Amino acid sequence: MRRSRFPIVVTVLVMAFLYLPILLLVANSFNPARFSSSWQGFSLVWYERLFQSPEIWAALKTTLIVAVSVTAVSVVLGTTAAFALHRYGASRLQRVHYTLIYTPLVVPEILMGISLLMAFVASGVPLGLFTIFLAHVTFSASYVAMTVLGRLQDFDFSVVEAARDLGASPWQSVRKVLIPMLMPGIVAGALLAFTLSVDDFVITFFVAGPGSTTLPLRIYSMIKFGAPPMINALSTLLLAVTLTAVLVSRRLANRRSGT
Amino acid sequence: MGSNPVLRRRRRAEWLVTLPTLVWLGLFVVVPTLLVFVIAFRPSNPYGGIGAGWTLDTVRSLWSPSYLAIAWRTLWMSLLTTAICLILALPAGYTIARAPERWRNRLLMLVVIPFWTSFLVRVFAWKSLLHPDGMIKKALEALGLVGPATTLLYHPAAVVLVMVYTFLPFTILPIYAAAEKSDFRLVEAARDLGARPFQAFRRVFLPGIRRGVLTAVLVVFIPALGSYIIPDLVGGPGGEMLGNKIAQRVFTDRNLPHAAALSAVLVLAVLAPLVAVLALQRKNKKSDIVMGEAP
Repeated sequence: MRRSRFPIVVTVLVMAFLYLPILLLVANSFNPARFSSSWQGFSLVWYERLFQSPEIWAALKTTLIVAVSVTAVSVVLGTTAAFALHRYGASRLQRVHYTLIYTPLVVPEILMGISLLMAFVASGVPLGLFTIFLAHVTFSASYVAMTVLGRLQDFDFSVVEAARDLGASPWQSVRKVLIPMLMPGIVAGALLAFTLSVDDFVITFFVAGPGSTTLPLRIYSMIKFGAPPMINALSTLLLAVTLTAVLVSRRLANRRSGT
Repeated sequence: MGSNPVLRRRRRAEWLVTLPTLVWLGLFVVVPTLLVFVIAFRPSNPYGGIGAGWTLDTVRSLWSPSYLAIAWRTLWMSLLTTAICLILALPAGYTIARAPERWRNRLLMLVVIPFWTSFLVRVFAWKSLLHPDGMIKKALEALGLVGPATTLLYHPAAVVLVMVYTFLPFTILPIYAAAEKSDFRLVEAARDLGARPFQAFRRVFLPGIRRGVLTAVLVVFIPALGSYIIPDLVGGPGGEMLGNKIAQRVFTDRNLPHAAALSAVLVLAVLAPLVAVLALQRKNKKSDIVMGEAP
């Protein structure tokens, strides 16, 4: 009996569908032609323009300031939350806690953006870097919590108890035993938070206010108002950075605990 | 219960580690969401803020033919996107689950990578492909399939295409996760007993991965309902969705109560399928995580 070929054919087509646009975009970033339909030889002209654009550098700086502070805060929040969920998972409080942490992962971004905007306007918080920071932490912390929680799932708590039995204080057992063993999960979560913050457009768009422009906001206005092929070059660089971060974070998250 | 000092200490420790996220998410998720429902009943003021007093006018104004048309379009475009994603993801998830171990991880990685590349960049890639000077248009013209006057961009079909592109990886993952656990010997047994491939797929494989399919539907349908960038960049006026209207009320008209009323509709629209699927899953016992694994 022969297995049907149909699923395999569809899978190949799906992969082509997923990758062709990205590959064409990367190829076009090296194409000096203004429109993508004709190939006019290899060139780095768009990269040169990109590096000479002051707006891009300013946006990059804003993005990094936000991303670094978001990562720091959401790692602490997310890790603490994951610990609570794992340690006291059966209680009613933790069930509510879990639902709350889960919400930012399922709610459409536009709803998060608009509701945060309403909250900031209603409470008189001026829109700017600080509101972007608050909004980013809100979704990043959930992703960190889920990543660290996955890591905790195959964590052996008897090690912490052993440390306590050997005379370590609660704080020592956390700092010297628990945190080092969770480190790969925490680093994976941090990379994830950083990537998400660097990448976010929709929520940032709503809470940024007129003064602060992050890289995605810059890209958006470049796309919206006469797309210069510079975006191809910028996108290719972004792709390279995100992919590296993701590959590193996956490797860390998948590494077995202990060793 | 509260009198036991060990229990009480444990309880206090639990609150201590739970409080930070509880407060943060309460402040920035729960309160803002409730606020959306409150602001929908407040009048707007001319400075783009929220006026004093209460009004039902905004909510009433939603019942207009233009909004109903937008709501209807948002619904059918999201449903169509979900259906196409499922049709593509079912065979893909099946193939990956049946692939030899060594291949399986590589294929899975290939599915996950686009899901991690910048969302704006992916939409932009499609915008330039569908552009009148873009590659797809030129190719179709060369094949004589479309005339020079046809526009591929700024059309509801372009929005659905890019939505499928964006959400497809999210669909494949839960279907793969469910398919990987299913017993393929049952499918083979059905085939041995004379079932045609499609019959075996529909009557044996599909019921076995029902939970994965439900999850896949949720993770496409919900974000599709809230789509905003995709219709904004490739949709044009004919491809506008609810998300675009919300953004227009905020950024063009600077009318927050109106945006709030529209958002409230979207919140309810998102909650409905979520509650339905959760109820369905509860009925099928085990109620663990709705979505696939955390990334």
